[in-house]
Amino acid sequence: MTEKKLLRKPIKAAKQLGEVMRDYSYRMDRISKGEEEGKIAWCTSVGPAELLCALDFEVHYPENHGAMLGSTRLAMDYIPLANAIGYSPDICSYLTSDVGCYLKGETPLSRAYPGIDSVPRPDILAYNTNQCRDVREWFEYYGREFNVPVVGINPPHGLREIVPAEIADVVQQMKDLIPTLEEVSGQKFDIDKFRESMRLSRECSELWGHVLGLARNVPSPWTFFDGTIHMGPAVCLRGSQRANDYYQILKAELEERVAEGVGAVEDERFRIYWEGMPIWGRLRALSEQFYELKSCVLVSTYCNSWIFSAFDENRPFESMAQAYTEIFINRSEPVKERYMEKLVEEFKVDGIIFHDSKTCPNNSNSRYGMPQRLEKKLGIPTLTIDADLNDLRMYSEETTRTNIEAFIEQLEERE
Amino acid sequence: MSQKGVNLDDRYFAGLDSGTSTTKAVVIDARKGILGSFVRRSGANLLESAEIAFEEALKRARLNRDDIEYVVATGFGRRSISFADLSKTEISCHSRGCHHYFPEEITVIDIGGQDNKVVKLDAGGRKTSFKMNRKCAAGTGAFLEEMAYKLDVPLHELEDLARKSSKGTELGSFCTVFTATEVLDRIRGGKRLEDIVRGLFSSVAKRILEMDTLTGRVIMSGGVVAHNPIVAEIIGERAKKKVEIAPHPQEMGAFGAALFAAESQAAEPTQENLLPISRR
Repeated sequence: MTEKKLLRKPIKAAKQLGEVMRDYSYRMDRISKGEEEGKIAWCTSVGPAELLCALDFEVHYPENHGAMLGSTRLAMDYIPLANAIGYSPDICSYLTSDVGCYLKGETPLSRAYPGIDSVPRPDILAYNTNQCRDVREWFEYYGREFNVPVVGINPPHGLREIVPAEIADVVQQMKDLIPTLEEVSGQKFDIDKFRESMRLSRECSELWGHVLGLARNVPSPWTFFDGTIHMGPAVCLRGSQRANDYYQILKAELEERVAEGVGAVEDERFRIYWEGMPIWGRLRALSEQFYELKSCVLVSTYCNSWIFSAFDENRPFESMAQAYTEIFINRSEPVKERYMEKLVEEFKVDGIIFHDSKTCPNNSNSRYGMPQRLEKKLGIPTLTIDADLNDLRMYSEETTRTNIEAFIEQLEERE
Repeated sequence: MSQKGVNLDDRYFAGLDSGTSTTKAVVIDARKGILGSFVRRSGANLLESAEIAFEEALKRARLNRDDIEYVVATGFGRRSISFADLSKTEISCHSRGCHHYFPEEITVIDIGGQDNKVVKLDAGGRKTSFKMNRKCAAGTGAFLEEMAYKLDVPLHELEDLARKSSKGTELGSFCTVFTATEVLDRIRGGKRLEDIVRGLFSSVAKRILEMDTLTGRVIMSGGVVAHNPIVAEIIGERAKKKVEIAPHPQEMGAFGAALFAAESQAAEPTQENLLPISRR
C-alpha cells in the first residue's frame, strides 16, 4: 500500500512548542487545584496581559480555549448548549463554544493533557473591548458564574488617527484596574515589574514579527496555517521569558529554511494573503488544498495582530495603551487598507482571500466594499469566503473548495 | 500505435459537467464543433451518471470511447469522475464556453441546480472577478424545484404559467423556506397562481442582481435559463440591460470543459495521449 503523501512541511520546533504549551497548562492546573501558590486571571487575547503578569497572575485566555474548541471541532457539540440558554447563534462562536463547553463541564485540555479536567478557575477576569463587545459579555457571564470580579478597558473604536486624549483615556482606564488587581493578587503593584513584563513582551512581539516577516522570502519558509499554531506563546505567554526562548528556536529553524531556499509549499506558484479569522475546524483541509494547488497562504492580518510595535518599557502605560488601541481590528477602513496595501507589496502577494466570518463581524473586512477597493487600487484579485471561525454550520465544504480552486485558476490566467 | 491525431479532423475531446442536479456530457472535434451531447439527472452515483452521459454523447457523435483523446471534468462532482484526465471548476468552464461564442468583455450569469455564479471576463476570456452564491440555495434551480413542489405544479410548466402573468407578486424573503411561507400567504390573499410563479422568477433575478453589477455584454448559461428563458427577460427588465442566453446553455459547462480538453497541452498529439483511454 502506498503511503499518503504528506501535504505540508512539518516544523520541527512544534515539539518544543508542545512542551511550552503543556508546561503552561499544567502550571495553571496546579494553581487552580491549590497544589501550587498563585492566582489565575482570565484575559482577552489583546487584553492588559502585561499588567497581570506584573502582579504574578498566571493568565488563561478563553479565546485560545475557543480556538482549541474550533480546531478539535468540539465547538459543534457545545455551541447549541449556549444557544439554548440565550446566547444567539449569530454572536461570537468562540463565546458560544466556550460557554457551551463550560455548561457541559468539559474541556479539550483533558484530551491534550491527561489529568486536567477543567479550565483553571479564575480569581479575576480582565477584558479589553478593543476587539469587540462580545468579549465583555463573555467575561461578564463567567464573572456571574464564578462570582469573581470582572474588570475591563473600553477604548474608543474604529479610529482613523489616534489622538493623545484617546490614549490618555485608555491609560486612565488601565490605572483604574490596579486597585482591584492588587486586592485579588494580594500584591502591591510594582512599576519595575511592570516595566520588566513590558520589556519581555516587546521582545516577544519583535521575535514574533521577525518570524512572520520571514514569509517575505520567495519561496516562503512557512504558511499562515503554521502561524496559527505557532502563535500560541505570543498570545498566551507574552510577558514571560518562556515565549521568547521558544521563538528563538523557531526563528533559527525558519532562518535555516530561508538560507537553504526551502519553501513550505513545494514549487510555490502563488502567494496569498488571508484576511480575517482562521476557519479553525478546517485548517488542515485548507492547508492541504493550497499545498496541492502550489499556493502559499503566507501573510495574514490575524497572525500579525500579536505584533505590538509600540511597546516601550520606559513609557509602560502610554505605550501599552497605544499598542492595544492601535490594533488593526480597532481602526477605520482607510487605515486598514493602507496596512494591507503595504503587506501586499512587501510579501509579493498575488491575491487576497477575505474570510467573511458569520459570527465575527468585527474581524470580517469584506463587508464595506474593501475587496473591491483593494482590487482596483492594487490590481490583484480578491476572493471572499463565507464561513465562520468555529461554527461549521456556516461552512460549505464544496463551495469553499470550488471558490478557492477557481481563484487559483483566475491567478493562472493572469500568468 | 494509432495514427489518430495526425489529421485534425480525427481528434476528439470530451467535457463532463457533474452538477448537483444534472450531469452533462459534450463531445467535440478539434474544430470545436459539438458532435454529440447528453443530459441526465446526476442521482446518487456521480461516476455512474457521468459514464452513462458520456456513452450517450459518444453514441450521438458516432464515436467510441477510445476515439477521445482527452477528457476534462467539471461541476460539483468533478473529482468523482475518475476517468477524466483533468478537472476544472465550473466557474472556469462556463466562462470558457461563453467566451467561445462571445469573445469580448462579458458578464456570465450561470444559474445551476444549487449554485449561482456571476463571472466577469475581459475580451481575452480572462476572469476579472467571480462571485458564487453564499451558503444558501435561494435563487437557484433547487429553489424553483422546491416551489414547484409546494405549489403542486410540474417544474416544466412554470415558464408558461409565468408568461400568463401581467404583474408578478413581490416576494421579499431571502430564504427558500420563508419564501414558501410567503407564497402560502399570497395564496390565502387570493393572488393568482401565474402572478405568484412570475414572482418566484423575479425572486431568482433579484438574488442574481445582488451578487454583482452587470458590465459588458450579459450572457446567461445553466439549466434554469435553458428551461425558463423568462428569467433572462426579468433580469434584463430589472437591470435595464439586454440579457442574452448563450447557445445550449445547460451544456455550457461541459462544452467549456471540452474546449479546455482540446486546448490542454496534454492534448497535443503525443505518444501517451494517442493511446486509447482504456490502455493509458
